[in-house]
Amino acid sequence: MTQSVDHVALLPAYLAAGTAVLVLMTDLIVARRAAVLAVAAVGALATAAGAIGVGLGDDRQTFCVPDACSFVANDRSALVAALFALLTLGVIALSAATKDVPPGEYAFLLACSMTGGVALGSAGDLITLIVALETLTLPLYVLVGLRRRTVESAEGAVTFFVVSVVATAVTLLGAALLYAVSGRVHLATLATGLPDLPLTGAAVVLVLAGLAFKVAAVPFHAWAPAAYDGAPVPIAAYLSTASKLGGVIAILYAVVDGLRPALDLAGPALAVLAVLTMTVGNLVALRQTRMVRLLAWSSVAQAGYILAPLGAFMLADGRTDEALTVAVSATVAYTVFYVLLELAAFGAVVALRPGDDGGLIADYRGAARTHPWVGATLVLALVGLAGLPPGLAGLFAKVVVVRSLLDGGAGWLAVVVALNAVIGLAYYVRVAAVLYGPVPAEGARARIPWAVAAALGVVTIAIVVVGFAPQIVLDLA
Amino acid sequence: MRWLLVAVLAVPAAGALLAAFLPTKAGQVAGTVAAAATLVLSVPLYRDSWFSFGSAAVRPWHEVDLSWVPGLDLRFHLGVDGVSYPLVVLTALLTLLCCAFTLWRAPAPGRGHTLVALLLVIEVGILGTFLALDLVLFFVFFEVVLLPMYAVIAVWGGDDRAHAARKFVLYTLFGSVLLLVGVFTVVVSAGTADIVALTGGSELSRGTQIMAFILLAIAFAVKSPLWPLHTWLPDAHTQAPTVGSVILAGVLLKMGTYGLIRVAVGVAPEGARWAAPALGILAVAAIVVGSLVCLAQTEIKRLIAYSSVGHMGFVLLGIATLTATGIQAALIGNVAHGVITGLLFFLAGAIKERAHTGELAQLGGLREQSPWLAGILAFAAIASLGLPGLAGFWGEAFAVVASLDRGGPLWTTLAAVAAVGGALTAAYFLRLLRRVTHGPAVGALEPPGLARAEVAAWAPLVLLALIVGLLPALVLGMAGDPVGALVEAVR
Repeated sequence: MTQSVDHVALLPAYLAAGTAVLVLMTDLIVARRAAVLAVAAVGALATAAGAIGVGLGDDRQTFCVPDACSFVANDRSALVAALFALLTLGVIALSAATKDVPPGEYAFLLACSMTGGVALGSAGDLITLIVALETLTLPLYVLVGLRRRTVESAEGAVTFFVVSVVATAVTLLGAALLYAVSGRVHLATLATGLPDLPLTGAAVVLVLAGLAFKVAAVPFHAWAPAAYDGAPVPIAAYLSTASKLGGVIAILYAVVDGLRPALDLAGPALAVLAVLTMTVGNLVALRQTRMVRLLAWSSVAQAGYILAPLGAFMLADGRTDEALTVAVSATVAYTVFYVLLELAAFGAVVALRPGDDGGLIADYRGAARTHPWVGATLVLALVGLAGLPPGLAGLFAKVVVVRSLLDGGAGWLAVVVALNAVIGLAYYVRVAAVLYGPVPAEGARARIPWAVAAALGVVTIAIVVVGFAPQIVLDLA
Repeated sequence: MRWLLVAVLAVPAAGALLAAFLPTKAGQVAGTVAAAATLVLSVPLYRDSWFSFGSAAVRPWHEVDLSWVPGLDLRFHLGVDGVSYPLVVLTALLTLLCCAFTLWRAPAPGRGHTLVALLLVIEVGILGTFLALDLVLFFVFFEVVLLPMYAVIAVWGGDDRAHAARKFVLYTLFGSVLLLVGVFTVVVSAGTADIVALTGGSELSRGTQIMAFILLAIAFAVKSPLWPLHTWLPDAHTQAPTVGSVILAGVLLKMGTYGLIRVAVGVAPEGARWAAPALGILAVAAIVVGSLVCLAQTEIKRLIAYSSVGHMGFVLLGIATLTATGIQAALIGNVAHGVITGLLFFLAGAIKERAHTGELAQLGGLREQSPWLAGILAFAAIASLGLPGLAGFWGEAFAVVASLDRGGPLWTTLAAVAAVGGALTAAYFLRLLRRVTHGPAVGALEPPGLARAEVAAWAPLVLLALIVGLLPALVLGMAGDPVGALVEAVR
């Protein structure tokens, strides 16, 4: 049987992969940092444009068997691909100050990772999904360990690698078991019904557990702080935004699209994951003294809020089609708000300490006085992550989650989310207070590279805009 | 007149931006001008008639209703009526006085323009809360206040400011996240966030109403604060700079009691009836505990802070009765407490600044050293303890009367105990006066006289305490009809 391949549907993935190749060649021929990064940036931008262009056209699909397709290009996949491309662009801009990594490999690996993310949004079966997710993650093992001459970096990379490989194996096992019980791998056909066997339950839980690693949900979170802290700060930003987005998208695709018949199994598991993740993340974050570790733990906690709307699936009320849509769009909306805020937070850290690691929180004393704009951005991002005005984007993100939970009848989970927001504020406000503390001594003001400043500015403007007009995000979701 | 509603929020917001970005002195002046403009704009919101279109229990004099975030049922819906109007004007007035006061003397470590900007942001939040006629909008404005107030305490506060500020922000955030859950409990089951449509609670089942009322009542009880959720208040009030304490006690606490009347009781009346006895008992406990704790205080600001617990107890007792008299008492009690306690905190700040201590044991002889200061302090204390003819009287007396009117052994007992609490209030204020104004001079007061700025800041409050005391109809008149309609809808 010959198959025609719809190359238009694959265009964003081609563009992303092409970017990776082009970056590698630029590094060979020109061998200048700026040129390599510029090519990567242009490639990411082209990928985003391509994804949006394809998304504006008709829905397409390719690699089909009679009743389902493995690669789907629709509005949703375009949104995901564009988000990944733009996040990569942002991270490349933030990398302008990262001097202790070989630029060619760095940009090449980032572009490879972007390719995985772009393909992820189009995945139509479990295997494509897992392969795309792995393509997204695999380059990150190297990127985390890429910093020259640092032990933390290598340690973080090894932890990340080992844990993540186990996670992928677990997900694959789950997918294989699902194939064993049902004979299907396509999400669309899985959704039509699963046999009521004990093995089905085991398979669902295994798939879910493996994917939970990717979003760093408790109890599968242990890799995150070490990996974030060891990595160059822009890569930590990528881990906490793009990589986490990948995990969330994979969970949504696998659980809501594919395993819809097993939601009564996945629902309670997700609710437990969400509660554990936000509570443990917040409590441990309270005691952190290093900036990037604090952000890492806070992003663990944020994963809990992201998963929370899906926890409503545990109740029959939460599994009606209508409630399902509400929960999914709440998750997507929260993720978008979160990704913006997190990128701004990491961007501000890069801007305050260009080319350095995150350092101790105490090192930031008075930073908002020496760098008023960058400091204000960091505070805005942190306050947004805490969910309070003036971080209106974060406030509306929390509102979306609580609303969707009450819609699904899971009031207790809404209360848990609400109380966690209080714990969260305790550490966010501590950092904000340090930023506005007295300036220790007049040190030389670090010069902020223009690319970092521009990226930070764009993200901040985006945060302010969606803060006042959150409907934009809600419409997208 | 609709633009006036928006302007009342937009002007202080713009003023805050100007104050933040202009240099110190110019910023302070710009901020103060904005605060003055807000007051000028807020006064003509008044409308001398019971606006009688329709049969809704909330009939605003003016209304703005714009779509904002349809996906969250959030509309930019503002309105003002007889319940909110006095509080709006009070907020505008106190903010102006505080900004002007800062112009004269910014507390350490200076940077007065930032302080003015934060005060104006707080004003936006408080005014927005009073004006919001959409539950979600109400919540958003309720949250706006938190961090600016945190910053005011944490930067310009006393020695233990970091701890007090953190306690304030975490405690009150605890309240407002419950408000979030409560608001959406209502919104999700009613399908609308419009306070006008929701008042009366006809669209909600009894179970939902009780659930919602519990959440909302705890949220507002933290803000008010109601004993035993008050523990953030003494620290925050004591550590905050003078202007911070004035705003906190004067109007910020009113967001809680106003929310209880407009949102909790209005939207979930079934729940309110169910919880009224518990609320009444807690309110009376607050009165008694607050007064007893005050009797044992040795620091002037802390004493005044704890007196708020007792006074807010009277306000909550009035609300708990769910009668027209009781809610009227709560409203006038709110306004009176705002005026008098605002004044008391100004005075406490002035005394502490002159004597460099707030310990009652190290104060004394104020009457001889600074007769004017002593006189105004005596006036404020006597107004606060509820002498007839001054503002504090009406709220406390009518809360007790309303409780008696409810009848039955429980409410009669509550009324009696509350009356005893009122007597205790007199006891601790007289103790305060005896320690501070009378007796031999312990330390030196420098300077003994009053600055012109101080007189300017205090005079309006002194006058208001007199006027509201002599003519309570000023507040009660305009609140009568809306409260009647609310009680009718709640019944």
